[in-house]
Amino acid sequence: MSATLECRDLKKSYGPNMALSGLNIELPAGKIIGLLGPNGSGKTTLIKLACGLLTPTEGEIKVCGQQPGTESKALVSYLPERTYLPQWMTVTDCMDYFQDFYPDFDYQRAVSMLESLHVPAKARMKTLSKGTKEKVQLVLVMSRRAKLYLLDEPIGGVDPAARDYILNTIISNYCEDSTILISTHLIADIEKVLDEFIFIQNGQIVSYASTDALREDKGKSVDEYFREVFRC
Amino acid sequence: MAWQFSSERPIYVQVSDQIVSNILTGVYKKGEKLPSVREFASLAAVNPNTVQRALSELESVGLIETQRNTGKFVTQQGEAIEMAREKRGEVLASEFLKSMAALGYSPEQTISLLQRAQIREVKSDECNA
Repeated sequence: MSATLECRDLKKSYGPNMALSGLNIELPAGKIIGLLGPNGSGKTTLIKLACGLLTPTEGEIKVCGQQPGTESKALVSYLPERTYLPQWMTVTDCMDYFQDFYPDFDYQRAVSMLESLHVPAKARMKTLSKGTKEKVQLVLVMSRRAKLYLLDEPIGGVDPAARDYILNTIISNYCEDSTILISTHLIADIEKVLDEFIFIQNGQIVSYASTDALREDKGKSVDEYFREVFRC
Repeated sequence: MAWQFSSERPIYVQVSDQIVSNILTGVYKKGEKLPSVREFASLAAVNPNTVQRALSELESVGLIETQRNTGKFVTQQGEAIEMAREKRGEVLASEFLKSMAALGYSPEQTISLLQRAQIREVKSDECNA
């Protein structure tokens, strides 16, 4: 079986700035993986390359064996760092929009998740708070039955109670043959749901290991290890 | 309320410890069906793979058993549970002795403290009764 996400000597530069400088990694199916690194380390660039929003400067990236494109987009569920849903739409409009776009969208699941999070279905996006908008987007993204979920800072703006609910939603809904890649700075909040973690810095992988193996070998949590590796 | 985890030990070890505690304190009784992997994951707010690993550990020491198609159960074997109780008790006792030693108590002093504490316990129980 091919890896869910595979990068070979992947490079991306924005003019003179190298965002990714020769990155190699293979992510297996069925894991929840944290993509962790300091600001400007290349996390968002890697995620955008995997969704096909950017094209590599050099090297190769493959999603389930395919180059990012129309077909791979049907397999990838992407949560960007910013909202992109039109402000005039209601929450229900947004769900209909996703329903039209993605055959793997589970409408009922989205409805029940939004209810649990007390999001008003008839409200227009522009009337919602920042955190509530984020909840709507995350619910839409997690209601798809994708092979690869790419979540760029999914819980940054939501309150701790909703954070718990969202993490719970992630662990109770993901299916065994899909992979979830989560980029975040809130490591302590999410590390108990992670199988593996990736440390990235200056566009290269610093470390890629299992979270429990780290605890076994070093007796440290990912959060503590992060602070040690990336000490300023 | 999600389970609490310390940062220095693997999470699967802590999950399996918690399940053992629940068996020893009778939250999960002898021969009783255990929650599913997903239910445990949601209860403890951890990754299902971590739960799976914790359960296989417990299965390998005979504390739980898988019945085909129906799920996992606490063992019917009293000995396996007693062994786990003994082991847990030993660990707690030696940890306690270590922290008392750190405070400057000799083992003998610790034991006499324990006896005094026990007498107080009995008295307060009598008052409450």
